[in-house]
This record gives sequence, structure tokens and C-alpha cells, in this order.
Amino acid sequence: MTTLDERPATASAAAEQRPARTTLTMAGAINAGLRAAMERDDKVLLMGEDIGALGGVFRVTDGLHKDFGDDRVMDTPLAESGIVGTAIGMAMRGYRPVIEIQFDGFIFPAYDQITTQLAKMHYRSGGAIQLPVVIRVPYAGGIGAIEHHSESPEALFAHTPGLRIITPATPQDGFDMIQQAIASPDPVLFFEPKARYWDKGEVDHGRVEAQLGGIGGASAGTAEMSRARVAREGSDVTLVAYGPTVRLALQSAEAASQAGIDAEVIDLRSISPLDSDTVVKSARKTGRVVVIHEAPTSFGAGAELSSRVHEQAFFHLHAPVLRVGGFHTPYPGAVHEHDYLPSLDRVMDAVDRVMAH
Amino acid sequence: MTAGGPLSTEGLVQLLTPAGERIGHEQFDPHTAHLTPDDLRAFWRDMTLTRAFDMEATSLQRQGELGLWVQSWGQEGAQIGSGHALNGQDWVFPSYREHGVALTREVDLVEVLRIFRGLQHGAWDPADHRFHLYTLVIGSHALHATGYAMGMAKDGMVATGDPERDGAVVAYFGDGATSQGDVAEALTFASVYDAPIVFFVQNNQYAISEQATRQSRVPIADRGKGVGIPSVRVDGNDVLASHAVTRWALEHARSGAGPVLIEAFTYRRGAHTTSDDPTRYRSKAEEQLWAERDPIARLEAYLTAAGELSDDYRTGVDAEAKALCERTRATVRGWTRADTRGMFDHVYAEPHALVDAERSWFERYERSFADTEVPR
Repeated sequence: MTTLDERPATASAAAEQRPARTTLTMAGAINAGLRAAMERDDKVLLMGEDIGALGGVFRVTDGLHKDFGDDRVMDTPLAESGIVGTAIGMAMRGYRPVIEIQFDGFIFPAYDQITTQLAKMHYRSGGAIQLPVVIRVPYAGGIGAIEHHSESPEALFAHTPGLRIITPATPQDGFDMIQQAIASPDPVLFFEPKARYWDKGEVDHGRVEAQLGGIGGASAGTAEMSRARVAREGSDVTLVAYGPTVRLALQSAEAASQAGIDAEVIDLRSISPLDSDTVVKSARKTGRVVVIHEAPTSFGAGAELSSRVHEQAFFHLHAPVLRVGGFHTPYPGAVHEHDYLPSLDRVMDAVDRVMAH
Repeated sequence: MTAGGPLSTEGLVQLLTPAGERIGHEQFDPHTAHLTPDDLRAFWRDMTLTRAFDMEATSLQRQGELGLWVQSWGQEGAQIGSGHALNGQDWVFPSYREHGVALTREVDLVEVLRIFRGLQHGAWDPADHRFHLYTLVIGSHALHATGYAMGMAKDGMVATGDPERDGAVVAYFGDGATSQGDVAEALTFASVYDAPIVFFVQNNQYAISEQATRQSRVPIADRGKGVGIPSVRVDGNDVLASHAVTRWALEHARSGAGPVLIEAFTYRRGAHTTSDDPTRYRSKAEEQLWAERDPIARLEAYLTAAGELSDDYRTGVDAEAKALCERTRATVRGWTRADTRGMFDHVYAEPHALVDAERSWFERYERSFADTEVPR
């Protein structure tokens, strides 16, 4: 067993040589973010199934085992509750475990540990115990997978106080937000839209580095990852999306513009807390809101958001808030998933309906 | 009575018979050699204080001062014996009946009652005592304990040979918990990562109303075999044997040799909680049988026969117990209801917009009553 002080010298040398801006895939950006977090803080360690030599089934931890060793990149027994439960114990000991749950549908054996222990320990202890555990979850569909590999369970966790739930939609956010999540003193579920893993984008490495390296950086990072982002400004209708549906919302806005409709697009980024202020502000401007997510619409994040918009912007609305999302069915077989998932046509149908008012 | 599986009395390490006679044991006698008559009297004192407090808390629940109480009655031998085997670096992850262990970790027992009066969910800072908070979800903390032990190993607190540095974790849970997946996973993780941890199972024969035979077909200690964890069955009503076995197990774990599973066979003399009614599922005859195997009476018989328990010492401990009970009663009755706004505190370590908004709303709502009731 190596001690924590013996981390490979090549890792820090690599940090100094890293260019300020690179083009990365979402998977590559999260990988780079994990590496940067591990270089910044010796207490950061990774746990999960097949994350070591294999680099994870999506290769998000590729190369980290080679550079940081068994002690910090831990292949675990095949037991999700065990992974989360032991990560809680290690966090109590002062470590910052970052867990990979291999697929969305496999998180449920850990549901008890996440909701009854991880979420509640800070409260139970009156603030004496912080559990800075990050749970990375590749989620959502669109990749032609078999059962349990395409689900969007974020709302099930959003109902539990004590958890933060965030989801990036771009490589830049993948890089920044994973580091902010790791620096946060609260438990964070980090939902990674697996269909977007291979999307490329430019990543500025310097901004989050400066933020987290400064005094109060963890607090600033937690605040920043909790904010929504206006991805496109518009005046006629607000399209709200997160994770895998942000790209669809932007495509829909482009299609709408050809029909003379000026759509604003909001990337929520955070489900808990939900930055409803940003959405309400937009709703007061446009008077029309469509929420788009892959999870079933019933009791989903869109339902919560719709309720808040109605409560806080009712007299500014020209039309009821509409939701475009999955149905109250299990995620169907892959041949049907493109009819189950929100599509350009279904979003435009909703846009037409709110514009009709 | 003949009983098999987890109710069997076969293979139990015993150093004191129920009548209080000392019997030799080749492997574990050396782990009692450090004990002086003062130490043994302290065991008797701690068991006596724990029981007195337990009975007082039961009375307070019956008087409506507590919402619920969970008795440790009958399990003092397993708890005090094992608790006193721990050193300063070791950490305890209790379930919720480990009041005796709490005493050995210098937790003020009165404070434990904050949980049962509904004031708060945790009543002490674990770091002050190296005694984690009570965990109510059965078996969940076995994993936290394992992860904590893995962290201690990473921190270089194992196998250095330095008694001031080497440490281990003891996770306490019961026979019922051994049916939980989390306990099975904890045994697996502890085993494959060689974690410095002792799993201390108090087989008190009951999970509320279900006998241990509903949890297992074999003695609980046999669970260790399948995961390669050395296991011991000990008479949990024998404080001396419980101490010796735990001391051995902790040395094993601290030395880097990996986890140990201890099954302390004992009996829950009280109800599961004050909401339970054992008359529905067990006989008076059975309760009587276990009253005769009581851990406190056993050590008392041994010390008395050895001329090591003077009347003065007894009188002193009786007075101490009485004072503890009086302080418990007065303190509990003196606790006032905390400001309800405190329920919004510590949900998160960093600000969370929804909690902040709901706290503000609640404060405005409360103020609206103040305005109408006390017009200015």
C-alpha cells in the first residue's frame, strides 16, 4: 500500500504543462476534471466497478488508475450499497470519495444508503459530520441499450432533502461542475448524460482552477454549480432543459426561429437546488414555458418547475406551462426509444400549443 | 433446553460460569492477564450504572417524559466487556441499544435521551468520544464502519506496531441485522480490503418478536467462514470472556491481519422497546432461565467469593447509581422545547435556495400569528 504522499510526480508535472484551453469530449472533460481534483486534493479518491484498469465502461476514469494507483482509484466489489456505505465511512474519516455507479438503473441497491444515511448525516449530527461524497451516474437514454441502462431517476433523489443534484450539458460544465461537486462539503449526485459523452466542445481549464484554489472557493463553487444558465436568449417562449435535452432545446429554438418564434433556452444544470428564479424571470419576460426532460413527466422535475412558475409568474403567463418528457411506462425497448424520448417534433408541437394562446 | 443454530450454546468461549466460577481457557486467558481487581470492580460498577440508568429511562418513558426507550437490560456483560477492550484510537459504530458501550466511551448517558425525547436525532459529537451516532436503520452502519476502517488503514493507522498509533473499528449490531444486505456487503468489503474492523454481533436471540432462528440456520459466527473472516462465539453474559475475546480481536485487526467477527450470545431481558410486548411471543419460564444467567450477578458472585467486593464499594456504587438516576430525571424534565426554526438548520453545509426560501416563509408565517395575538 502506498501512502498518500507518494502520488506520482508525473501527475503534478502534467498539471503545469496543461494548455489553458483544449477541445474535449464530455467524457474527456469529466476525466480531466477528475484528474485536476485528484491533483488538487490528496483526499479525493475514486470508487466503483471496473473504474481501474478498464477505465470504466464509458472510459470516464481512463488513465487515472495508472497515474494514481490502487489506493486512490479503487475497483470495488459489485455491490452498490456497499460502495456508497463504505464511501460514507471514508468521508467520515476525511476522504472525498467520488463514486461511479455504472448505469442509472443500477443505483437502486444504494437508494437506502443515499437517502437514509448520506442525505441525512449532516442534519442528524447537527452539522458535526460533513459527507463530501460525489456519486457519478451515467444516465438517460438514446444509445440503444438494453433494460436498466437508459433511465433518468433524478426526481427520485430530488425529493430527498440533504442531496445536491446537478447535471452538465456541455464539456465545459462537465469539467467545471465535477470539480465544484468534489469541492462541495455536501453530498452531490452528478448525473452525466451518457448520450452526450462523445459531444466535443472547447474547455477553459483556468476558470474553475482559480475559483477552487482561492479562499472560499468551495462555497463559491457550490453556489455556481447550483445556478441555471441561459443558453440562448429569446423573447417569445422559454424552453427549459437539462443534461441530455439541452442540445434538443437549442435545436428546437433554431427550428422555431425559422418559423419566426424567438425562443429562450435555459439549461437548468442543477435539479436540487432548482434555480427557479432564473426560470421565473424568463417566464415573466416570455409568458410561455415548455420544460423538456427524458424522465417521465409525472411527478418529475418539470412538474415541480411548472408549479413554481405558476405560483410565482401566474399573471405574466399567456399559456399554461407544458411538459415534454417520458411517459409513465418503464423505459421501452431500444426500437421504441425515439418515440419515448422528447424529440424535435414533440418539442415543436408543445411550442405551437403555447404560442396558440 | 436444547436449541440449534443461532440459539445453540455450543462452542461459546466462557471464563466465568453462570455461578461466577472462573474457568480456564488456553487461548483467551492471556487476554485477561492485564486486569486488576480494580478493573473488574469497574466492570461491575459500569454494568450496574448502565442498568440503573436503563431502568430510570424506562420509568421516564412510562411517565410520558420520553417518546420511546430502547432497553439494554441483560446485555451489559457483552457491552461493558467489549467496550473496555477499546483504546483511544479505536472507533465505535453502535446500533441503538449500546448504552453500555456509550458509557465506556465517556458519553454522558443522560444526553442519549435527547434522541428519545424528540429533541434531536443525534446527541453527541462522535469525534469527542470516537463513538459514532446511533443508527436506526438496521445494519446500515456496518458499511460506514467498514469504510471508516478502510480510511484508517489508508491513514497508516494499522500494523505499525506502535500502540499509540494502531487502531481499529468495532461495529455493533444484532442477530436481526445479519439478515440485512448491508451487513453481508460490509463483511465482503472488510474481507477483500483487509479492513481493521471487528464486527461485534450481540445475538440477543430476538429481533423484536422473531427468534434468531428466523435470521439464520447456523450460528451467526459461521457467517464469517464464507467470507474468510475469523470468527468467535462468546458467552455475552460473561463480561470477562467478552472482554478477552474483543481484546484479542482488536489486536488482530490493529496488527493488519484483517477483520474479525464476534458473536456474543446473550439475551434481551427487556422488551425490544417500550412499545413492544414480549408476553405475546415468549414465556415467563424462558425469561426466568435467563435471569439466572444475568451478567451482573455473575461477576458479583465471582468478586464476592474472591473477597473483592466490599460493602463500602457496593454502597458507593449504589449512591452513584442513585445520583445518576436523579440527575437523569431532573435533566430530562428540565429540557425545554427548542426553537422550531432550528429544524431548518444543517440540512446542508452550504446554503440551499429551497431551504432558505422555506425558512423565510416559515418565519413570516410565525410572525403573522404574533401580530394578530399581540396587537401593537
